Amino acid sequence: MCPESVEQVLTRYNDSRRCLVEVLQDIQDREGYLPEEAIRRVAERLDVPLIEVYRVANFYKSFTLRPRGKHVLTVCKGTACHVRGADRLLDELRGQLQIESGETTEDGQFTVEAVNCVGACALGPVVVVDGEYHGHMTPHKLRGLVASLQES
Amino acid sequence: MKRINTVEELESRRDTLLQEQDSDTLTVTLCGGTGCRASGADPVMDALQQQLKEKGLQDRVSVQVTGCHGFCEQGPIMVIDPENTLYCQVTENDVPEIVEKTIENGEKVDRLLYRDPVSDEMIEKEADIPFYKAQDRVLLGDNRRLTPGNIDDYIANGGYAALGQVLNRMTPEEVIGEIKNADLRGRGGGGFPAARKWETCRDTPSAHKYVICNADEGDPGAYMDRSILEGNPHAVIEGMIIGAYAVGAQYGYIYVRKEYPLAVSHTEQAVKQAREAGVLGENILGSGFSFDVEIARGAGAFVCGESTALMASVEGKVGEPRPKDVHTVEAGLWNCPTTLNNVETWVNVPHIMNKGANWFASKGNESSKGTKIFALTGQVKNTGLVEVDMGTSLNDIIYKIGGGPHNGARIKAVQTGGPSGGCLPENKFDLPVDFDALTEAGSMVGSGGMVVLDENTCMVDVAKYFLNFLQEESCGKCVPCRVGIGRMLEILTDITEGNGKPEDLDVLEQLAWTISETSLCALGKTAPNPVVSTLMYFREEYEKHIRDHQCSAGVCRNLVEYRIDPDRCTGCGACLKACPHGAVEGEKKQVHTIKQDLCEKCGICKNVCKFDAISVQ
Repeated sequence: MCPESVEQVLTRYNDSRRCLVEVLQDIQDREGYLPEEAIRRVAERLDVPLIEVYRVANFYKSFTLRPRGKHVLTVCKGTACHVRGADRLLDELRGQLQIESGETTEDGQFTVEAVNCVGACALGPVVVVDGEYHGHMTPHKLRGLVASLQES
Repeated sequence: MKRINTVEELESRRDTLLQEQDSDTLTVTLCGGTGCRASGADPVMDALQQQLKEKGLQDRVSVQVTGCHGFCEQGPIMVIDPENTLYCQVTENDVPEIVEKTIENGEKVDRLLYRDPVSDEMIEKEADIPFYKAQDRVLLGDNRRLTPGNIDDYIANGGYAALGQVLNRMTPEEVIGEIKNADLRGRGGGGFPAARKWETCRDTPSAHKYVICNADEGDPGAYMDRSILEGNPHAVIEGMIIGAYAVGAQYGYIYVRKEYPLAVSHTEQAVKQAREAGVLGENILGSGFSFDVEIARGAGAFVCGESTALMASVEGKVGEPRPKDVHTVEAGLWNCPTTLNNVETWVNVPHIMNKGANWFASKGNESSKGTKIFALTGQVKNTGLVEVDMGTSLNDIIYKIGGGPHNGARIKAVQTGGPSGGCLPENKFDLPVDFDALTEAGSMVGSGGMVVLDENTCMVDVAKYFLNFLQEESCGKCVPCRVGIGRMLEILTDITEGNGKPEDLDVLEQLAWTISETSLCALGKTAPNPVVSTLMYFREEYEKHIRDHQCSAGVCRNLVEYRIDPDRCTGCGACLKACPHGAVEGEKKQVHTIKQDLCEKCGICKNVCKFDAISVQ
């Protein structure tokens, strides 16, 4: 990440201590994760102890301190998705990509995540692929989706 | 946008907007909620605009993209007025036919009409569909009429009239009195009377006070707050301004999950418009009262649904709860008096001010007034958001609105209230859904998640699922929650893996009691509910797992084995192709077998087999 972008994010939030969570979110949106140098810079400019920024980054589920793959496959594990077979989707991805949820493939193409609820419960089971929602998902459809991403 | 300086100017603006509307104009309304968008509403919209343009119809037909209509299962939904024709599961390929037949010639496209799964009847009008008919859509009805974040639309629909009336004619005490008479109870979970919070906050002296809207909605299985904020953000803002006037707050925060990007952007747009229009910010509608709101984005932590944790999170800190010896209405955000209500509570406020406390109190039953939105999901035909009067029975919601079981399997329970709630068996389905009746039965209304479970669901697995969730989401600050939930989960894992002992059930009950009595916050106190309620109503399922090492639903993987029946297998190869673990072997047109050492018992093979050749033992 070029150093300017961290500075720009902080400036947009007027170096507000309250906005620490939002600042980290915006940095992650740009970079895909929270790089160490960015966290250090945030701590410096907001005048917050470095360990506090790390606590916040570790506490909230949506932050990641490791780079993610080119494509992020988010499997919803909400109750409605669970009872409609979300586990099978994780089986499918584990079989296809040989990674567990929370991991990234060695070639850096895919990250698989399991999250608690994406709030599209009526369409369960739901998989979010690079921010796009896919409802009524089946292992078969998911295999097709992964294949189309591999080709792209 | 021109600033509105007085309540009179607001009313004349409304009159002008209404005069510009023509109820005879052909209007195509497309649901643009997250559900319909996920099902492909955006390409439908593009195709519609293009078709209308090509045919030169764009001036004759008005097109509106609204928030969520609630009937997510049937999305993308399109409604054509004034005929009130509803088309479901519309794709972009259907658009030319819709334009030609319905828009140009007033004919119906039969295959897109809703077919009632119970009566198999084709239904033309939106208003006649049983899913909608049995509801009382006070709040969701607005979603269907409004372009989200468009202040003119909101004003034309009666928006900000309640605010005008409050600022012009009512004292803060009178506003609180009205909320008290309406007996509005918090829709976020606990059902605490809103007026009591407001009153204490008002009575606590402080130079700074805050109001907060909780739109974090961390409960898995609930998404009504998302839909309201996406579809009608101005109503939330109006409710908050009225609340701020009543308690004497100058500033407010809408705490919304970052995972709800559409809700965030529509709310940002609405806040900006409200400021420009003069209904938010300095000297609102020339009344001398000033109040502004800011959006604070949550970053994914269930515990932030707890008020003290949420406030820590708004301050940019780790969202850990604190003991509530001093309530947040006295010392909340930055130690100032703070009134926190959730989205659905705030959005009820303008309705109560417009129509009166008596109108609100006339809906519902003795214990709980007004309507409540539920996210009806799981193994039921019609999934989506349903709004009913408080006190409606579970039976009516699941069968009349939900249309009964999804795939013919018998419905055996309903899970309400998310991880803090519980599971109620079929023989409790005549219970009225209100704050007190569900709590007495061992569950709760919670924020309104309602997941229907059928006989293919294992209740021990459901309890384990929630404990797993809660253990991940426990902030770890207090021992009972951090260690206790973990221990309960270990026991449940043993049971589902065939290693349970008869005395485990007593230990679970003891742990449940200790955790609920001694945890620091509501997350911990209510965490054992899913286990306690399933133990209360489905104890025999636990016993069967422990005694016979059997899971009747075939869900607990360590207790089942998948086998292929050689007499039924045709060697089609579907299971072999589908198995993600490479556990199926066999030549084409020869009987296939499952290699048990590789089988992870996910059941994908069984789902794809067209010959019913795979059985769970």
